[in-house]
Amino acid sequence: MLAFVNFYLIPGLVLGAIYALSAIGLSLIYGVMRFAHFAHGDLMALGAYVALAASTGLGISVWASIPFAAAATIPAALVADALFYARLRRSLPAVLLISSFGVALMLRALIYLFFGPTPLTFPRPIVPPLVFEGVRIQARHIWIILGAALCAFILHLLLSRTRAGRAMRAMSDDPDLARISGVATAAVIRLTWVIAAVLVAVAGVFLGLDTQLQPVMGFNVLLASFAAAILGGIGRPWGAAFGGVILGLAEECSTYPLRDGAPLLEPTYKSAVAFVVLIATLLLRPQGLFRGMI
Amino acid sequence: MTARADPPALSVSGVTKRFGGFVALDCVSLEVSEGSITGLIGPNGAGKSTLFAIIAGFLPPDGGTIRLRGEDVTGEPPWRLHARGLARTFQIPRLFSRMTVLENLMVAAPNQSGERLPAPWLARRQIRREEEALRARALGVLERLNLARHAEAPASALSGGQKKLVELGRALMSGASVILLDEPAAGVNRTLLREIAEIIAALNREEGITFLVIEHDLDLVADLCTRVWCLAEGRVIAAGSIGEVRNDPQVAEAYLGMTFDVH
Repeated sequence: MLAFVNFYLIPGLVLGAIYALSAIGLSLIYGVMRFAHFAHGDLMALGAYVALAASTGLGISVWASIPFAAAATIPAALVADALFYARLRRSLPAVLLISSFGVALMLRALIYLFFGPTPLTFPRPIVPPLVFEGVRIQARHIWIILGAALCAFILHLLLSRTRAGRAMRAMSDDPDLARISGVATAAVIRLTWVIAAVLVAVAGVFLGLDTQLQPVMGFNVLLASFAAAILGGIGRPWGAAFGGVILGLAEECSTYPLRDGAPLLEPTYKSAVAFVVLIATLLLRPQGLFRGMI
Repeated sequence: MTARADPPALSVSGVTKRFGGFVALDCVSLEVSEGSITGLIGPNGAGKSTLFAIIAGFLPPDGGTIRLRGEDVTGEPPWRLHARGLARTFQIPRLFSRMTVLENLMVAAPNQSGERLPAPWLARRQIRREEEALRARALGVLERLNLARHAEAPASALSGGQKKLVELGRALMSGASVILLDEPAAGVNRTLLREIAEIIAALNREEGITFLVIEHDLDLVADLCTRVWCLAEGRVIAAGSIGEVRNDPQVAEAYLGMTFDVH
């Protein structure tokens, strides 16, 4: 039981927290702008690398470098929107999807250019895990889980209590009606990018802290993030957060040795769990657990 | 018509709209005087809703001009007209179905500082004050529409007639002074219909809001409207008081087979 908590449940929650932060942004973008943002993963990698540069360059802790990561992803998202997505706002969602794929490649190329293809790690001391009654957990994993929960809580306040959040929900409910009701749609779109960029920067730093930094790190988790967003009902930020946690847990638990020491699923196939969940969701409940917009 | 210094609240002159070879509106001109409740009647397919769409900026006209208080607003997009104080409701009510009734009203208020980008993280106190004032105003409007008990219900849970009232509420929240109502009575039960009619009359009387109403229920038109325009096959065929329009032979012909009881 303890082994399950230590080696499956806690890593699953950590991975789930990262998926959740990424999926919330995807879901918000889909809700407000109606397209699948394929550059999200590479935006995440950008945030992680900028945080790495800030923490090594300035000698600050990784946690203190998160604002630097956000300071890179916010303008990157806004510039991509102004240069590419804004011009395609009235075209088909597929066209926007392809253009975001192009942005993804550009971002990744920039990362290769400045940081090279070799995996890097955040400077962090090797510390023994904290032990509570046999439950062993790395301090950084506690912070990742708490940090993601805090982000989700702040987002909840923003969406439910502020006029800007209400305007965002109105736009995701009926964009044309929102526009004619005098909602400042351009401002809502900018706000959406800012929120998604902050969340994905945090996710990138967390992912880098949990594992290591590679130029394809974000792209590798993009599919799982989409699966999480769709599982939770796309366009529903809460569903996305929930879907992220479920997916993280599912991936980690898929290797649990249920059959006398033999893992349920070979670890090599772990990343296939996201595909399975995605396909199962689309077949059985395409609107997602919380009735999304498809 | 008496000569007046003030321009009419709304004037439509020579508006034409074609869809392919079909002429939906053929040089339509009409006026809605300030502070009036004006009716727009006519058989199905007469072009009433098309005219509404053009006035509210949803469709560009092929010719003619729309003036709001004398100012040419032809071809302006809906949100700009909305900011100028022109609001419309839809024949089939359109609401933000996943938001509550109260939120539907709050989102329709003109921009405030909370909607701008950095504000949610700064100036928290001011935003809270604004939010409270906005909430109070929305609740006041709901009170007036007799919907206060549904404030926290999701908009999708309301009946068709109540949805029409929420649309009217959204128009009020936006501070509109000219409101276009597209069939406020269609599909509404008699009791609620009386209520809607009273609310419209009260808003007109007490707040001086000008209404242009598309309606098939001629009794309601007779109750509410001081002046009526009748449209048929894309043309204005009659105008005047409801009594005059009802007795107009052209109108009777347009509504072929329909007989009017003049009360």
